[in-house]
Formats: sequence, C-alpha cells, structure tokens
Amino acid sequence: MSSEAARLRLKTWICATVVVLSNVFGNFFMKRGMPAELPNPLAYITALFQPWVSLGVILLILWMLSRMALLSWADLSYVLPVTSIGYVLVALAGRVLLNEQITATRWAGILLIVAGVALVSVGSTPQTSAVGRTTAEATQ
Amino acid sequence: MKWLWIAVIVAATTVGEVLQALGMRRHGEIRDFRPGALGRAMAVLAQNRFVIGSVIAMAVSFFAYMGLLTISDLSFAVPATAVTYVLETILAKYVLKEHVNWLRWAGASLVIFGVALVSL
Repeated sequence: MSSEAARLRLKTWICATVVVLSNVFGNFFMKRGMPAELPNPLAYITALFQPWVSLGVILLILWMLSRMALLSWADLSYVLPVTSIGYVLVALAGRVLLNEQITATRWAGILLIVAGVALVSVGSTPQTSAVGRTTAEATQ
Repeated sequence: MKWLWIAVIVAATTVGEVLQALGMRRHGEIRDFRPGALGRAMAVLAQNRFVIGSVIAMAVSFFAYMGLLTISDLSFAVPATAVTYVLETILAKYVLKEHVNWLRWAGASLVIFGVALVSL
C-alpha cells in the first residue's frame, strides 16, 4: 500500500468513526427527549429546545458536517455500507445501557451488517471514482 | 399515516444524500482540518447549489423523522428507512458514476438484510 493510500485510509477511518458515533448518540438523545406528541408545527420548533433534543440536534449537525467532509474524498457507495455499523452500535447500546434483550434473529442481523461493513471497508478503497470526478468536472 | 412519513423520509433522504455527495465531490477533498480552514471551506460550500439543495432536503427528512418518531418506535423507524441504501447505491452508480464493484453490491445487500433482521 502506498503512503498516499495509507494516509487516505487512516483519514477515512477517523472521519467515519466521528460520523457513526455522532449519528448513534444524536438519534439516541433525540428519541429520549422527544415529547409524546407534536400537535402543531410550532410544537416541532419548541421541541428542538428540550435539553435532550438540543443535544441530539447538535450531534446530528456534527454528523452532517463530518459526513460532508468524508464525502469530499470517499465514494457514497463506500460511505453508505461502512457507516451502517451504527445499527450494530444502537442494538448493543440498547443491551448495555437499557438492558434490552437481543434475540437470535437480531444477532443474525448484526452479523450480516458486520459482514457487509467488513466486505466493503477491507475489500475496496474509499475512492474509486476517478472517472466520475472527470465527468463531474467536464459538466461543470 | 406511518407509511406516508416513511415515503417522505425515504425520498428526501435519498435526494439529500446524493446531492450532498455530488456537492462535496465538486468541492474536492478537504485536507486542512484547522478551524480557520474549515470555516473557509464552509463559507465556500454555503454557496454550492448542490450543498444548499441537500441541506433543504435533509431538513425535510429531519422534520418528517421527528413526526414519525412520535407515532412509532425507533425499532420500526430506523429499518423502514434503510430502503434508502438500495436507492442510493443505484444512484451512486448512475448519477455519481462511481465504480460500484461486486464487493460493494454484496456489502450493501448484506447490510439491507441485516437491518431488516435487526428490526424484526
């Protein structure tokens, strides 16, 4: 592996970790703080200022910015499967933090997701779209 | 009602994320992560039409997701929106012109089945 490829891979792993963690915890805090019902449009806005929801929103903004940074060099078809490890973390967090049961079916699903993430993250480079890049520049 | 929310979320998320990838690709790789440089990059990106479009679409998706969470559990909401993986991988190939090799198709398929099983 060349040093350029190694640099890109390390950068991709660091950024993908931030993307995944900010998404998992952002959604968790949002759900925790969300009121039972949102009767009118104003309720959507005021809900954003509930402490847990605000914290969730801040994390989701961090998620979006880190995802934008990641997509500035990595392919979407790479980022999508790799960041899906978040589903596994949500299930595991439910078990550890909320003492939820993980059924055999769920463990099977977790294994499939991990296998999918491993296939893409180990088996392909983050950036393959030299052709796409040229096309995008040509049409600009 | 639940399925209407899902349809809105899936459409808005797919459009938003593909536009985001398109906008960031045109911007090029972010190499400098110092605060000042990040601020300048954000100022440039705020004028990028694709990025603006993606933020609008993702805001729609976000509020629809809030609406969905009030009437359903996360364990239904999250997997139901996983269908965006299929749509976005297809669009990555045809719109973003990425080389989606068999490993990526296989990986995306495993993830979709996995997400479905986790939600059962």
